[in-house]
Amino acid sequence: MTATETRSVVVEREFAHQPEKLWRALTQPHLIAEWLMKNDFAPSVGHRFSLRGDWGGVLDCEVLVLEPNRMLSYSWNHNHEDPAYHLQSVVTFTLTPTGSGTHLRVEQAGFRPDQKQAFGGAKFGWQKFLANLDEVLARAD
Amino acid sequence: MSPTAETIFASLGDPTRRAIFERLCRQGEQTVWMLTEHAGVSQPAVSKHLGVLKQSGLVRDRKEGRQTHYSADPKGLAPLIDWMSVYTAFWRKKFDALEDLLNRMDQ
Repeated sequence: MTATETRSVVVEREFAHQPEKLWRALTQPHLIAEWLMKNDFAPSVGHRFSLRGDWGGVLDCEVLVLEPNRMLSYSWNHNHEDPAYHLQSVVTFTLTPTGSGTHLRVEQAGFRPDQKQAFGGAKFGWQKFLANLDEVLARAD
Repeated sequence: MSPTAETIFASLGDPTRRAIFERLCRQGEQTVWMLTEHAGVSQPAVSKHLGVLKQSGLVRDRKEGRQTHYSADPKGLAPLIDWMSVYTAFWRKKFDALEDLLNRMDQ
C-alpha cells in the first residue's frame, strides 16, 4: 500500500521564523510541551515516547524520520477499545525555508490498511472507503 | 437519537453492509432485488442490512407501489467527516500555540 491510499489531514502555515528555530520548537521536549503536549521526546530515530493530552489521553509515538531543520516524522497511535477513538497514524512535519521565514506543513496520515484494530469485528477498508468519499460527497447536492 | 460517528463505524464495519452502501452510492437508487443479485446473501439478509443502514442515517427508502426503492444518503456521513475534521482543527489550534511560542523564543 502506498501513501496515496491513506486518507490524511494536512495543515500548512508560514511562520516568520527561521527553520532552525522551528526545529527547536519541534524537537526539544520542554518546547514541545509548550505548544503541543507533555512528552518524553528525544531526537533519535526509533525512540519511543508518549504525548500526554490535557484530556488525559496518552498517544504512543515512535520517531521515524529525523532530518534536522527539514523533516520530522513520528507515529501517532491511540489505542482504544472503542473503535471510534482508536487511531493509528503517522505525523510528518516538513519545513521549507522561504524568503522571510519557514513554511511548515504537517500531515497526519491515518486509517492505514494494515491497521490491526478491526472496526465492528470486520477488517475495515478505510483507505478504500475514504477514497470514495469525495465521489460520494459530490453526489450530496 | 441521531447517529454518531460511532454508529456509522459500526454500521459500515460489516463488509456486506459496506458493499451495499457503496453500490447505492455508485449506482443510485436500487430495489432490494437488484441489491440481492450482487450482495451474495439472501434477500432477507439484504433487507436486514438495509434496515441497519437506514437506522444509521446512511440510506433512505421510497415506496412506489409494492416496491421499495433504496438510495444512499451521503449527508448521513457528516458525523464521520466531522470526526476527521477534528484533526484539522486540532492542528490549526496547535499551530497558533506554536506561533505564540516562536514569538517568545530567543533566536
